Amino acid sequence: MYDGGKIIVGLIIGIGLFLSPFIYNAGTAAKPPDPQLTKKAKEAKVCVAPKAYMRESHFKMLDEWRHTVVRDGERYYKAADGKIYYKSLQVTCLDCHSDKTKFCDQCHNYLSVNPYCWDCHIAPEEKK
Amino acid sequence: MNFVLSLVFSSLAVLVVVLIPWIGVGALNLKILFGVVIPYAALATFIVGIIVRVLDWGRSPVPYRIPTTAGQMWSFPWIKSNPIDNPKGTGGVVVRMLFEVLTFRSLFRNTRLEYSKVDGVPRINYEWEKWLWLAALLFHYSFLVIFLRHFRFFMEPVPGFVTLLESLDGFLQMGAAPFNGFGLPGVYLTDMLLMAAVTWLLLRRILYSQIRYLSLPADYFPLLLILSLGTTGILMRYLLRVDITKVKELVIGIFKFSPVVPDGIGVIFYIHLFILCVLITYFPFSKLMHFAGIFLSPTRNLSNNNRFVRHVNPWNYPVKFHTYEEYEDEFRDAMIEVGLPVDKGAKTAEEGEKE
Amino acid sequence: MADTPKATEVATIDHYRPLFEQGWMNKKAEIKPGIYCYGAKPKNTNAVGMPFPKDWNPTEDDWHLPENWKSIFKEGLKDRLDKFRSLKIFMDICVRCGACADKCHFFIGSGDPKNMPVMRAELLRSIYRKEHTIGGKLLGKFGGGRELTEDALKEMWYYFYQCTECRRCSLFCPYGIDTAEVTILGRELTNLIGLNIDWIAGPVANCNRTGNHLGIQPHAYVGMIDFFVDEIEDVTGVRVEPDFNRKGAEILFVTPSGDVFADPGTYTAMGYLMLFHYLKDMGLDITWSTYASEGGNFGFFTSHEMAKRLNAKMYHEAKRLGVKYIIGGECGHMWRVLNQYMDTWNGPADFLEAPVSPITGTVFENAKTTKMIHLVEFTADLIKHNKLKLDPSRNDNLKVTFHDSCNTARGMGFLEEPRYVLKSVCNNFYEMPPETIREQTFCCGSGSGLNAGEDMELRMRGGLPRANAVKYVHEKHGVNMLACICAIDRAVFPELMDYWVPGMDVTGLHEMVANALVLDGEKKRTTNLRGEPLPGMEEEEDV
Repeated sequence: MYDGGKIIVGLIIGIGLFLSPFIYNAGTAAKPPDPQLTKKAKEAKVCVAPKAYMRESHFKMLDEWRHTVVRDGERYYKAADGKIYYKSLQVTCLDCHSDKTKFCDQCHNYLSVNPYCWDCHIAPEEKK
Repeated sequence: MNFVLSLVFSSLAVLVVVLIPWIGVGALNLKILFGVVIPYAALATFIVGIIVRVLDWGRSPVPYRIPTTAGQMWSFPWIKSNPIDNPKGTGGVVVRMLFEVLTFRSLFRNTRLEYSKVDGVPRINYEWEKWLWLAALLFHYSFLVIFLRHFRFFMEPVPGFVTLLESLDGFLQMGAAPFNGFGLPGVYLTDMLLMAAVTWLLLRRILYSQIRYLSLPADYFPLLLILSLGTTGILMRYLLRVDITKVKELVIGIFKFSPVVPDGIGVIFYIHLFILCVLITYFPFSKLMHFAGIFLSPTRNLSNNNRFVRHVNPWNYPVKFHTYEEYEDEFRDAMIEVGLPVDKGAKTAEEGEKE
Repeated sequence: MADTPKATEVATIDHYRPLFEQGWMNKKAEIKPGIYCYGAKPKNTNAVGMPFPKDWNPTEDDWHLPENWKSIFKEGLKDRLDKFRSLKIFMDICVRCGACADKCHFFIGSGDPKNMPVMRAELLRSIYRKEHTIGGKLLGKFGGGRELTEDALKEMWYYFYQCTECRRCSLFCPYGIDTAEVTILGRELTNLIGLNIDWIAGPVANCNRTGNHLGIQPHAYVGMIDFFVDEIEDVTGVRVEPDFNRKGAEILFVTPSGDVFADPGTYTAMGYLMLFHYLKDMGLDITWSTYASEGGNFGFFTSHEMAKRLNAKMYHEAKRLGVKYIIGGECGHMWRVLNQYMDTWNGPADFLEAPVSPITGTVFENAKTTKMIHLVEFTADLIKHNKLKLDPSRNDNLKVTFHDSCNTARGMGFLEEPRYVLKSVCNNFYEMPPETIREQTFCCGSGSGLNAGEDMELRMRGGLPRANAVKYVHEKHGVNMLACICAIDRAVFPELMDYWVPGMDVTGLHEMVANALVLDGEKKRTTNLRGEPLPGMEEEEDV
């Protein structure tokens, strides 16, 4: 007894699962995200921290801001260049980055990140 | 090969595996090599290696039907049989295999020998021991969940099951822990379970004297490799962040056969990726093939139906055995003497005289 | 022959290993008296045409190996890898998790780390890795590979003949790796270069020629049965009339020859005779064969081919006599062979018919192609249909426990039928602890051809877990009788019990059936088949 047929079927299923990303992606455009800065953000040129850091770790800063504001009542953040920022998602961050769809959601959706910021905070109304 | 040597050897091997991409990308900037060429090569080795190995197993036939029967066989209608542990047909086998593969049923039977001598008399107990089963199960399922969660980097758009897994895996919301700056992004259960389980699987090889005796470098190496894979992954998620948008661009590039190597991805990612490449390259040549082998194990995947369904051995060949004729020829006289029937009849008196 | 150490000495067993010690590959095996069996004598290997017959002694340095033994061994291994998927898989996928380690009776009883099933297999696996895997070829010992040296060969030989192929390890293995399969094929390899043990080679030669393992010739065989007939008449007043080699009988009966030649198996044989006699008037038409008079198959401990050669005699004889089907007696490995190999080797037996009980009309659906049923299933069916007049109180002096033979348990799943029969013929039945019975049963320690005299220490050690479980019910419930359905069990348990659990007797199932069986026209029974007074008859016996 060899059961060759069963072995081959099993192999196809098993290998197929491993190769599924190839198959899945072949049918999609898979455009990389393209976050858009608003006019105001472009003019500001700098954020509260360097761009690379913000791309990798902005949520860490937000988490830290949340803790220090809510628990310790510290409302001001001193950036590396000495500039003082008011620690607020809604007042500070969203002031520049006011277009959630074109900015935040771009990468978040791409990477299946579902931040619970918006459970409490209200996203700014987008200009149509 | 004692365990110290085995451990040192395996640890050194893993250290080299970590250093290669560290130097290769960190110092020499060989991003295309480590980001594209090696992953493709590793993936090809993995796939082809598994196919070759499984087909090689398949080339050898299953000459005999030798299930390990772990329960009552199918018998009279008034005797309750155990259709799963002693299957009489394909249905039972399928269930038995599912239990084996999904719940590690055989390992669940495990006990631990407790031997003592009281007043010169041996006392043997078989104690509860499910830690190996638990660690093995947690390890494999955590690995599976972590692997599937990684599909958010492998597929665009991200399929729904990935999002679901992420929310289930992170349901403890440990991100809300009361430490400044810790806890985001969300902490996954499986990350911790995997590390704990693998650590236990490694420790038991060192702490339990019997397991220490029988362990080989080939046992320590994959565990250490997986530990470092997990460590780099966790580091990357919580401490040494990398730009995961770019990571996904690179990964999707590989899967779409149009590789791109975006700038600005930290070295830690390349180390993580290289460890994975080594792991899957090593896979088809190692004991890790138990992943496929379990499906072909003849003591588990066959029915105990030999007495009512004929099993054919493709290389069965005729053998020469001692036939009745030969037997009777040797013992005929003695047989006749005690009145045993014979086929050819006794020697007549005359024949006896001639001799 | 080495003196067997006392039980209290043997009971000092260390299962732990020191923290720092040399790796196992660097240590050569020390072949100890009391543990190993004598090498096969040339007359026995010659008798069945096994290769390289020679006089040799395992404790001597020179094993008189053929000059090209390495290439024979390596070729043999390669050949078996090509023929047995089991071997390939078992060589490749073990992860050395150690679940099997403390499941082996020989490891429990000896503490010898190479008796851990995984290690027994690793002895061969290391050679396999060196020859057939990239890691082993490139990295040598670091890749788990080991050179095939004379020391490695001797070590494999030593440990392959310390395994009773009981398959308990395979039950616990997450991948079902069966060390018995490795041992079986490993022993085949040793046989290719003339390294069998005499206790296997002798019975093989005898079974081949005379049909039974002691080499008893047909007239003496008949004489032995005649003696049983007299004994039965003494006890019951009924004269049973078995016949032999009778053409045209409906059923051929094959039992292990141990039942005919060794106490207490002989009483089981008397039990068969009485049962058959009882059923004769009800339509049982059964005959014994002197030619195929061995159910047990020592060939199975030699090689698949030898097993097939010995097994072939059963169908051959069934065909010659023109019977409809075969009933097999109480035996362990015999039934693994009959269940898992016979039809594949020597079938299809299309000259036979699917077994039907002539008394109850029950069709044995589960044996419809092999056409061979177990006597215990046959009897269980009779009892279920109330065809036997039984007086279980005749066994009231016994408190009985039941030992599942490894092979009927894990190679067949024959668990309930013997219990059903046992409970029908006795009133006091107690199970041993659950980790030691049914599919988790422990070997007697002497199976697969290791029931020789010279390896007594090994046997006592290997039998320790079983004996310990017996001791438990002996002390807790006062159990005094160990029932079993295996000829090797019956042959080796008396010694094992004397050693570890004095005061235990051993019986086959059909001895108990026969003692409870009320024969037509029997005289008042005052003793059992052993001549011991029946309960309540002690005084009459004194008269």
